[in-house]
Amino acid sequence: MNRPVSARLPEGRLHLQHGPIDLLIEAWGTPHEIEAAYARAEARFQDVLETLVAELPMLRAPLGEAYPLFRGPVARRMAAAVWPHRASFVTPMAAVAGAVADEMLEALVAGGALDKALVNDGGDIAFFLPPGASLRAAVAHDPQRPALDAGIAIGAASPVRGLATSGWRGRSQSLGIADAVTVLARSAAQADAAATLVANAVNVQHPTIRRAPARALKEDSDLGERFVTIEVGVLPACAVAEALEAGLAAAAAMRAAGLIEGAYLALQGERRLLEPTQDCAVPALNSQAQSHQGRIR
Amino acid sequence: MNEPTHPLERDPEDALSPDAGETSGDVIRCDACPVLCRIRKGQSGACDRYANVDGKLVRSDPLLILQRTIEQGGAVVPFLEPGKPWKGNLISASNTFVTGVGATTTYPDYKPAPFIVASKADGIDVVTVVTEGIFSYCGLKVKIDTDRYLGPEQSAVRVGGEQIGHVTTAEYGSQMLALGGVRHLTGGSKKEGNVTCDAMLKLANREPVEMAIDGGAKVVVQAGAAPVVNDEREERMRVGCGSATIGIFARQWLGHCDEVIVVDDHITGVLTEHQAGRFLDMRPGGIRVRGRKSTPGRYFKVAQPGLGWGGTDITDPLTIIEKIDPKTAWPGMRVLMVSTTGEDAEWFVLDEALKPQKAQMPAPVRKVVERIAENCEPALCSVLFMGGAGGSLRAGVTENPVRLTRSVKALETTVTCGGAPVYVWPGGGITVMVDVLRMPERSFGYVPTPALVLPIEFTLPLEAYRGMGGHAEHVLPLDKALERARFRAEGWRVDNPWPVAERK
Repeated sequence: MNRPVSARLPEGRLHLQHGPIDLLIEAWGTPHEIEAAYARAEARFQDVLETLVAELPMLRAPLGEAYPLFRGPVARRMAAAVWPHRASFVTPMAAVAGAVADEMLEALVAGGALDKALVNDGGDIAFFLPPGASLRAAVAHDPQRPALDAGIAIGAASPVRGLATSGWRGRSQSLGIADAVTVLARSAAQADAAATLVANAVNVQHPTIRRAPARALKEDSDLGERFVTIEVGVLPACAVAEALEAGLAAAAAMRAAGLIEGAYLALQGERRLLEPTQDCAVPALNSQAQSHQGRIR
Repeated sequence: MNEPTHPLERDPEDALSPDAGETSGDVIRCDACPVLCRIRKGQSGACDRYANVDGKLVRSDPLLILQRTIEQGGAVVPFLEPGKPWKGNLISASNTFVTGVGATTTYPDYKPAPFIVASKADGIDVVTVVTEGIFSYCGLKVKIDTDRYLGPEQSAVRVGGEQIGHVTTAEYGSQMLALGGVRHLTGGSKKEGNVTCDAMLKLANREPVEMAIDGGAKVVVQAGAAPVVNDEREERMRVGCGSATIGIFARQWLGHCDEVIVVDDHITGVLTEHQAGRFLDMRPGGIRVRGRKSTPGRYFKVAQPGLGWGGTDITDPLTIIEKIDPKTAWPGMRVLMVSTTGEDAEWFVLDEALKPQKAQMPAPVRKVVERIAENCEPALCSVLFMGGAGGSLRAGVTENPVRLTRSVKALETTVTCGGAPVYVWPGGGITVMVDVLRMPERSFGYVPTPALVLPIEFTLPLEAYRGMGGHAEHVLPLDKALERARFRAEGWRVDNPWPVAERK
């Protein structure tokens, strides 16, 4: 059985990996502060997966009427992030990557004096922005052909501290057909849960879409026999619009409920933007094809 | 859900226990990490690093094969993907050996080993059972070529404050450490076990490890490298003990020196009193050194062990002189004091009061001192892994494990670790010792038990394999095995004997 692996990437980032958890961690500050922060992250990482696994069956179970009580700190973050969404089908696993990122960020930052820090858990990112700091991020629609399809800058005054992307091409399975749904929220766990559900909502019925039961692809999938997307053919413009509008409506409801700050949805070249409320700039989007973007303010 | 609620409360080695009940039909349970994914045929696990290919758990890390070429060091096939056809012109069964490196294991071994490969050697069908063994009962025997004092025998060897082993009986010109072992791995605190496992893994994979010895030195050990004792790199072994040095060089000193004292922590030699000096009819010098006289001209414990001359704590050699007999010594007597490595040497001439006075060393004497240094071999650290493959690992080879043990003892089955030859201990079980430097790089892994994972291969004639109750139905021709596994090829080490040969 493999244990957590830690490696320093040449450009100074920290890579932590254990089983399916794969983290890229970057801290800014004095060399001494960075070293201390990486050491804290490494130490915290040692039992993250094992603690999660101890409660895995319940974490994979759909939410019921009772708030799920977990022992592990990451599991508790997951429960808190998905609980507001319990009207939809959702399991705590919808927030696992973001919750791990949040937990690791807390350890990375705790007690130090970093200028800035981020934990990227396979695209679900938690970040630390003290006053004066800002973060720029880009969204790639297709993992096979990564391109800077959209960009965003987040300032310290913004409440956004988490960013997550979900889509049917990603490593996690999706019930929807979105190429990419990127959600901005106050934590990575909240962003992760919301991105998963908004991506599920970007959906439409069309013969070119192929779906299969989740368990046929991953035996252990928390989605059970639910049909997940395995291929999306070229869709007519009206189908693309219908799917995106469905997703946008779901995102808007989440923002109205205070669960997220903003969202960006992409499907076959079309995008929708649910604008973040404050102190966020979306430069790449502003410069491109404005007429095609539906906006909710 | 009838999954175990807390899989980690069980021993990880039990993770694949048959009572789990889910490992049936097309689904296998991956034990590569604590998630213990169930993976159906054609699927991959949550990490996408392990997959179920035709009912076998396949690691994306490639399997290491070693290739012998006629001229040795010739072309080897670098990487091949499973299922991709290859021309077969570079790989042939007679020159390819599948190692356990990257083979993964199927612990506990109620299942056949990951690869049971058939090939031909001298017209005889030969089977190599390839697996990676999990060893809780394992340790490292570390030989450090130095006479410097590392610490008292039985003293604790620590890494980061945790005891990972102890100082054991010294050998000729070398200090010995016994590291790891089941007591430190699983018998102490969790931290002790993890630190021990980590240090063993690094040493076995040829990485340097810094250790502190209770009541002794700080030493950096790396297999195949010179030891670093208290931040000083140890370059050379001593040529022999002080007495042996006297014996080797006595004749070369004759006529140039009236007395030679070879300072050594073990046995300090005094030439004119020594058998060698007497044999040459040398005039007794009358210098009595400190310590306990063993036989004439040979003295134990002239000083405390340390990092000074010849592994003692002295830096001024005259301090080991207890007295100079005025009836025997004479003014103008020429005395050489030298350490057993030739690194330290001083030349003295007795004055009228018979007090040794430092003087310029004559060239012929300097030449012998340099010859002492020349005869000291480079100091190295050697790391031998020792472990017992006597347990359930054998069940991956045969249904009747004791037959494997007997076959190994009868020299019918060759045991190798990553292709490297091993020493098999006499007595019960299959307890092997292997020089990690003869194994492929980074051959070792670990499990969180904690225990080390070691590639191990058993090679024997097919007929004998059938006879011992081997998993004959799982024997794959070599080319089929290579189709199934993603592998990488390296060249065979010329100094390792080729294991796939008929045993006489």
